[in-house]
Amino acid sequence: MVKVTICGAAGGIGQPLSLLVKLNPQVTELSLFDVVNVPGVGADLSHINSGAVTKSFLPSSREDKTALADSLKGSDMVIIPAGVPRKPGMTRDDLFNINAGIVQSLAEGIAENAPKALILIISNPVNSTVPIVAEVLKKKGVYDPARLFGVTTLDIVRANTFISQLYPEETKPTDFEVRVVGGHSGETIVPLYSLGAKSHFEKLSDEQKKTLINRVQFGGDEVVQAKNGAGSATLSMAYAGYRLAESLLKASAGTPVTECTFLNLDPSIKGAAEAKKLVGGLEYFSFPVKLSKDGIAEVEYQILEQVSDAEKQLLAVAEEQLAKNIEKGVSFVNK
Amino acid sequence: MTKVTVCGAAGGIGQPLSMLLKLNAQVSQLALYDIVNAAGVAADLSHINTPAQVVGYLPKSKDDKDTIKEALKGSDLVVIPAGVPRKPGMTRADLFNINALIVRDLVANAAQACPQAAILIISNPVNATVAIAAAVLKKLGVFNPRKLFGVTTLDSVRAETFLGGLIGEDPASLKGKISVVGGHSGDTIVPLIHFDKTIAAKVKALPEQAYKDFVHRVQFGGDEVVKAKNGAGSATLSMAYAGYRFSEYVLNSLANKEIPFSIPESSYVHLLGIGASSLSQKLGGPEFFSVPVILRNGQVQSSLDPFSLVQTEQEKQMIETAVKGLLTSISQGTSFVEGLKL
Repeated sequence: MVKVTICGAAGGIGQPLSLLVKLNPQVTELSLFDVVNVPGVGADLSHINSGAVTKSFLPSSREDKTALADSLKGSDMVIIPAGVPRKPGMTRDDLFNINAGIVQSLAEGIAENAPKALILIISNPVNSTVPIVAEVLKKKGVYDPARLFGVTTLDIVRANTFISQLYPEETKPTDFEVRVVGGHSGETIVPLYSLGAKSHFEKLSDEQKKTLINRVQFGGDEVVQAKNGAGSATLSMAYAGYRLAESLLKASAGTPVTECTFLNLDPSIKGAAEAKKLVGGLEYFSFPVKLSKDGIAEVEYQILEQVSDAEKQLLAVAEEQLAKNIEKGVSFVNK
Repeated sequence: MTKVTVCGAAGGIGQPLSMLLKLNAQVSQLALYDIVNAAGVAADLSHINTPAQVVGYLPKSKDDKDTIKEALKGSDLVVIPAGVPRKPGMTRADLFNINALIVRDLVANAAQACPQAAILIISNPVNATVAIAAAVLKKLGVFNPRKLFGVTTLDSVRAETFLGGLIGEDPASLKGKISVVGGHSGDTIVPLIHFDKTIAAKVKALPEQAYKDFVHRVQFGGDEVVKAKNGAGSATLSMAYAGYRFSEYVLNSLANKEIPFSIPESSYVHLLGIGASSLSQKLGGPEFFSVPVILRNGQVQSSLDPFSLVQTEQEKQMIETAVKGLLTSISQGTSFVEGLKL
C-alpha cells in the first residue's frame, strides 16, 4: 500500500509527473491536489489501466483547508511541483516571494496530515524552499530531516546528457552517471565530471570544460529561453522528479539505490556531520545519498574528498551563494 | 536507428506523448513538429538522458512547406495527435472540419517524405480521419494498408480499467484478456469481454445494469473527461499513454521483440488491405474496422476475426450498430478527399 500525493498536480510539471507516477506499479493510491483544474486531470488519469486509485482534491475556496488535508492523509510520499515558473530574464530567486508562501502552506498541511511522509520539493528556488519546509516542520515538532528531499535530479540528468552530446558518435547519455552536488541554481550547481566521466571530460579543452559546466548550471535558462515566455522545463522536470520518486519506491522495496539530493545535513543522518564539515558548516547541501524506506540512510560525503582542484573552486563559489539562499528560506519562516 | 516523428508535439496530447517516446531507448531520433512552441518542447525534452536525439520543427510561416518535410524525412514511425480537442457538448464528429484538413496535409507530406513509415492517427474523429489518410495515400500512390493505424488503444485502456474496478481485478492484468473492436466513438466502440472464461464468469455474476453501465462508460469515457475538464480540453494524459502503448507495440515489432500477451492490441485498419476482406463482407462492408492486429516489422502481418471473440447476442448486436455508424463516418472521410488537388 503506497500512497503518493502530488501538490500542484494540474500544472505544467504536475501533469506529466502525475502521469508517470500513475504508471508506476508500486503505487496503490494517487492523490492529486491543486487550486485549479485538478478534477479534469484526475478523471483523465483515472482511466489508465494501472493499479493506483486516483482521487482529486480541489479546495472550494481560498480558506478551505480540508481539500489539502484529505489529499495528504496517510500519504507515504508527497511530491511538490506547485508554484509559478520562470519567464525569460528571471532567476529562480525571483520566484521566491510567491513560491515561498505556497510551499509554507503545503508544509503546514503535511505537518498536520502526513508528518511521516517522504517529502520531495521541486518548487523553486529549491535552495530556499527546502529550508522553509524544514522550519515549518520543526515548529510543528514533526521534523525528520531524513525524509526531506530537494529535487536536484534534473541537474544530474542534464550533466549526463550534455557530456554525451559532446561525443555523439561514441556515447549515449545512459553511459554516464555523473554526480552533481551543491544546490539547484546557477553557480550553486557543481557537476563532478572528474569523477563520473573522467576519461571523456579530460579529453576536453579548458574552454570546452567551462562551457559544459556552464551549460549544466544554466540548463534551465536554456529551456526558459527556448519556450520564449511559455514557461520553463516541464517534461524533463517531470521525468527527473519521477526518477527520484521511483528510486525511493525501489529503495522502499529493498533495492539499494543512491541518488543525489539537496538535504539538511543534520547529525541524525549517518555521514551528515562529516559532510557538513566538508562544506564549510552549511546546513543544507546536495550530496549523493543511499536511500531506504525511511528516506535518507546515509550521506556519501567521501565524494567531496576526491574532487579536482577546479571543482574545489566551483564548490567555494557554490557554498558562498548557498549560504545566502538558505538564510533567505529560514528567515522567511521565522520573520 | 529508429526515427519517430510526432506531428502536434506541442499540444496537450503531444507533449506527454513525446516525453514517453523520448524515454523509450529504442528511439534514436525524435522529431517534434508543431505550428507553435515546438522549439521549447524540444529543448525541454532534449535534456533527458536517453539516447534519442530530439529536434524541434517549427514552420517559419504559414507558407513554409519545407519544415514539415524535414521533420518527416526518413521517419520509421509517424504519430499524429495534431488538431483541436472537444469542448463539453461536442462530439468527435464536430471536430471533423478542422481536423480533416490538418490530417490531410500532414499525411500528404508523409507520403512524400517517409512513404515507408508506419502512420498512427490519433486526431479525431479517428473513424473518418483514417479514411482521409488512406485516400490521400492512395491518391499519391504510396498507400500501404498494413502501415496505417487508427489509434483506438484508449478504448482498450478504459475497458481494462473500468472492468477491473467492476470485477475486483488489477486492471493491468486484464490487458490481452479482453478486446475492444469497431471504431473510436460512442456506439462504434465494442468491448468484447466474455471470451475469457474466468472473466466471463465474473461478469455474468454482475447485475445486468452494471454490465450495461460498463459498456456505456467504455463508449463514452471520452465525454467523462471532457465534462470533468469543463472546457479545458479532453483526455490528454491517458491518450498520451494509450498512444504511446500502441507506438511501443510498433517499435517492438520493428526491433523483433516478442509480444507476450494473448489477444494483441486492436487498431483501426483497412480490412481489405490487411487480408481481411472476408471479415469486411461478414460485417456488411465497412472499409475500416478496429481489430486485434499482429505486427511484424512495423506492419500488420495478420489480424484476429472479432467474431471469434464474440460470445453473446448483445456483443453481436453491438458490432452491427458499430458498422452502421462507421459506414457513415468512413464515407464522410473518403468523400472529403475525393476531388481534392493533392
